[in-house]
Amino acid sequence: MAANLMLGDVKEGADLPVLEKLVKPVTVVLGAVASRDWRPQHHDYKFATGNNGLDDIIMNTPNLAAWFERYLTDWTGPKGRLGRIKFRMKDSVYPGDTMKFAGQVTKVTRAAKNTSWVDVKIELTAGAKGCVSCEARIAVPETPDANPWKLKGDDWKP
Amino acid sequence: MAAESAADLPEEVRSWIGQERYKEKTGFPIEMGYVLTTMSATQNGNPLYWDEKAAQELTGGWITPPTMVSVWFRPHDWSPGRTEPAVPLQLHFDLKAKLGLPEAVMSDNTIVFGEPIRPGDILTTTQILHSVSPLKTTKLGTGRFWDFGVLIVNQKGELCAEERYTGFGYNRN
Repeated sequence: MAANLMLGDVKEGADLPVLEKLVKPVTVVLGAVASRDWRPQHHDYKFATGNNGLDDIIMNTPNLAAWFERYLTDWTGPKGRLGRIKFRMKDSVYPGDTMKFAGQVTKVTRAAKNTSWVDVKIELTAGAKGCVSCEARIAVPETPDANPWKLKGDDWKP
Repeated sequence: MAAESAADLPEEVRSWIGQERYKEKTGFPIEMGYVLTTMSATQNGNPLYWDEKAAQELTGGWITPPTMVSVWFRPHDWSPGRTEPAVPLQLHFDLKAKLGLPEAVMSDNTIVFGEPIRPGDILTTTQILHSVSPLKTTKLGTGRFWDFGVLIVNQKGELCAEERYTGFGYNRN
């Protein structure tokens, strides 16, 4: 994980470091259990393929959100505070896929109390397959003393 | 903004649009054990969730990761007295049942985060249906898209998150 990113380290158009992870069946099941998602398409191969027409069990949405958060805060460090996240599921992530998270800074705007909003677009792919498109807004400090986690009320409007 | 809903919806489903439904409180403790399970599942070493000193310094004590917001409302698969498993996002399952669309996936999800959720918090959530589309056919099958939201507030009435989901309920081709 990076030390705390500050605004001076961020440029519109810059790429974030890429994260790649091989998905195993345990990755899917761990993620589903961690997010308390007991639905069978996330742990039952026969149900996922026979009932839902899928190729295998699939990563679940709440856990994918947690992976996106991990990807972003690996880059920002612990002061990075996620303000909003939007994602569109395009294709499923299966065991055997290698997830590749690749982000790019699309916009930087001032926020309150020496913090700034950084908008990032992230594509999650697995080989040639586009799996999830994500747009996120994360607050980062502008100065060493600034702390986005201190923002409340009207100062926090992601 | 919600899309306009289909003209051919059952009246009962149409009556749900704009209604606050399923006002519920969290039923199990919000605590760091669950957080660490998510951290482990995503191999996330953010010290904010592993190091109490870091948490104290940055956030005045432990907080839970923003994207875990929906975890706190997912009911136990089994609990004493239940004869059937409880499901989260009951509105989504009601739509599947009432519209005769047994399979479903979530296609879009937006979450706006507010006040951090902390161990010991008691949260309240409500679900709101915004729209249901006409019948559409995708590679999965024929069905309808629906757009619904979830509001989460803490025991002080502070907004912790606002979620918006698009689900696609379908019959397989």
